[in-house]
Amino acid sequence: MALLTVENLTVTFPSRHGSTNAIENVTIHVEPGEILGMVGESGAGKSMTGAAIIGLLEPPGHISSGEIRLEGERIDNLPPAAMRRIRGRRIGAIFQDPLTSLNPVLTVGDQLIETIRAHLPLTKEAARERAIDWLRRVGIPAPEKRIDTYPHQYSGGMRQRVVIALALCAEPRLIIADEPTTALDVSVQAQIIALLRRLARETGAAVVLVTHDMGVIAETADRVAVMYAGRIVEVGPVAEVLTHPRHPYTAGLMASIPRIGPRPEILPQIEGAMPRPASRPAGCAFAPRCPYRIDRCIAERPALRGTGAAQVSCHLAEEIPV
Amino acid sequence: MFGFLVRRIVQSVFVMLAVALIAFMMFRFMGDPVNSMVSENASVAEREEVRARLGLDQPLYVQYARFVTRAAQGDFGLSWRNARPVSTLLAERFPATAELVLVAAGLSLVLGIPLGILTALRPRALSTQTLQFISLVGISLPTFVTGILLILTFSVWLGWLPSFGRGTVVDVGWWSTGFLTTTGLKALILPSVMLCLFQLTLIMRLVRAEMMEVLRTDYIKFARARGLSDRAIHFHHALRNTLIPVITIFGLQLGGLIAFAIITETVFQWPGMGALFIQAVSFGDVPVMAAYLVLVSLIFVTINTIVDLLYVVLDPRLRVDGARGAH
Ligand SMILES: Nc1ncnc2c1ncn2[C@@H]1O[C@H](COP(=O)(O)OP(=O)(O)O)[C@@H](O)[C@H]1O
Ligand SMILES: [Mg+2]
Repeated sequence: MALLTVENLTVTFPSRHGSTNAIENVTIHVEPGEILGMVGESGAGKSMTGAAIIGLLEPPGHISSGEIRLEGERIDNLPPAAMRRIRGRRIGAIFQDPLTSLNPVLTVGDQLIETIRAHLPLTKEAARERAIDWLRRVGIPAPEKRIDTYPHQYSGGMRQRVVIALALCAEPRLIIADEPTTALDVSVQAQIIALLRRLARETGAAVVLVTHDMGVIAETADRVAVMYAGRIVEVGPVAEVLTHPRHPYTAGLMASIPRIGPRPEILPQIEGAMPRPASRPAGCAFAPRCPYRIDRCIAERPALRGTGAAQVSCHLAEEIPV
Repeated sequence: MFGFLVRRIVQSVFVMLAVALIAFMMFRFMGDPVNSMVSENASVAEREEVRARLGLDQPLYVQYARFVTRAAQGDFGLSWRNARPVSTLLAERFPATAELVLVAAGLSLVLGIPLGILTALRPRALSTQTLQFISLVGISLPTFVTGILLILTFSVWLGWLPSFGRGTVVDVGWWSTGFLTTTGLKALILPSVMLCLFQLTLIMRLVRAEMMEVLRTDYIKFARARGLSDRAIHFHHALRNTLIPVITIFGLQLGGLIAFAIITETVFQWPGMGALFIQAVSFGDVPVMAAYLVLVSLIFVTINTIVDLLYVVLDPRLRVDGARGAH
């Protein structure tokens, strides 16, 4: 059984000028222990998908249709208290900016111990032992001493290690890591990704790894989901999707791989910009930028289809040269 | 921490010296003090004799140094109005003002912080809208108007509370307190409500704004993502960060309360330092005015120093320590 399944998930933001769907009909699944990479331009809906899964959409945003299941159990309609027990304990989350993810006025130990005790029936002393142990596991030197220091006494990379410890300290089965290295020095990015991968393997947790970096996807992920304008346009095993992208947008993303350093937020290789949710075209959202566009693309929205592990949402998937 | 304290104290001393200079200059601006001490037809010799006796014939900086030395020992000379030592007059009046300001400050915190939190956590509730509206009125009405309205309602119409004075006070050593008698406590209610109203609304609005700001931060989002309870998030994670800036404003406003107490004391005929100051102004009683100025400034400076220290205690980022930046 899949660890997580998301089916036809649509997140809607109502407003005075009519409502918009931040994400639309998103369908993904995550198997136990695997790493699912998620890529797509800024604004594609990656963070929104993550927020919906952990039940932290910001009002007035809400799930207007679709289902989320964790180990077979529906979690998209749980009461707040039940959802709270899932967050941290069964689904951990890591956010982009380690400099702002930690509370500046509480020690690292306070934050760890509090999180551990929120989910596990441990005494203060036992929780403290566990907290020190986790700091050691994420590679903080002299954790017995560092546990009583404040976040500002850590460097950016060290803080992201603490964030990882906080997300993993109650051993969730699933970790959603939303661009965990984007805000970090290039020199420490690889270390953090390696740490995350090692810990996931050790604890058997599955990871949804959101990143701009196709290189990281290639090295780290088992499968990859490509998002564009609020929808999944292609998903499949990394080896297959990266070597034989079938969606023109994925192909465009591939073209950006050889670049060194941070990935561009918009793709210079593909003319134009991703449409905002409110101005999404009726047909394929990528059609206005697509070099292979046919009339059908403008009239009809392609469904995500495919046999076997890889799926793509493109009318021309079979015909496009790779 | 210790170095910081020393630095602050040195700064404070300079501030106080400047204040003392202003107080000292007041004696000059009010004309030749000798005129008001000798009869109009006194001879030049008599005048010079008085001048020499008061030390007014010496160079200004000597006079200033003497003023500062005496002031540091609490000696501000005699009141020109009733020839009693200024320090005694102030000491008599100090407890009344201190108790009034203390109760008002306490009220503003005890009510302002919870109301601010409440309105921040339920931004759309009717109670929030109502409180926001009332606080807007509270912040825009001049305090003497609210004072008079309070008297009209609770003293004149309802007859529940006295409209003037301190009630019965009990002496504890040199301190006369209104806390120990029913009439004393009742007499405190209206003036302290009037005095705290502005501060209360300010604190409520400030706490609300800060709290809402803090609740939007990434570390609160991350705390929620770790499954912490709302209570832990609101009161353990958010409140501390909320209160840090609130404390500064509160400290500054505490000084403001002492200054505003002048109006309250006038409206309620409250026998405090403010009322004494108003009397002194109308009589041109410069020693009392100067002493009031110095004393209030001293309180201001002391409060500010305490606030800065509290800030360091509450915000670990301001603490300088060896581990900073270690990798
Ligand atoms: N409060 C909001 N109201 C309406 N739309 C929003 C809101 N927040 C985000 N969105 C929309 O949701 C879409 C997805 O955003 P996001 O998930 O943050 O993108 P990504 O993480 O892929 O960069 C964006 O197009 C954005 O415009
Ligand atoms: Mg994002």
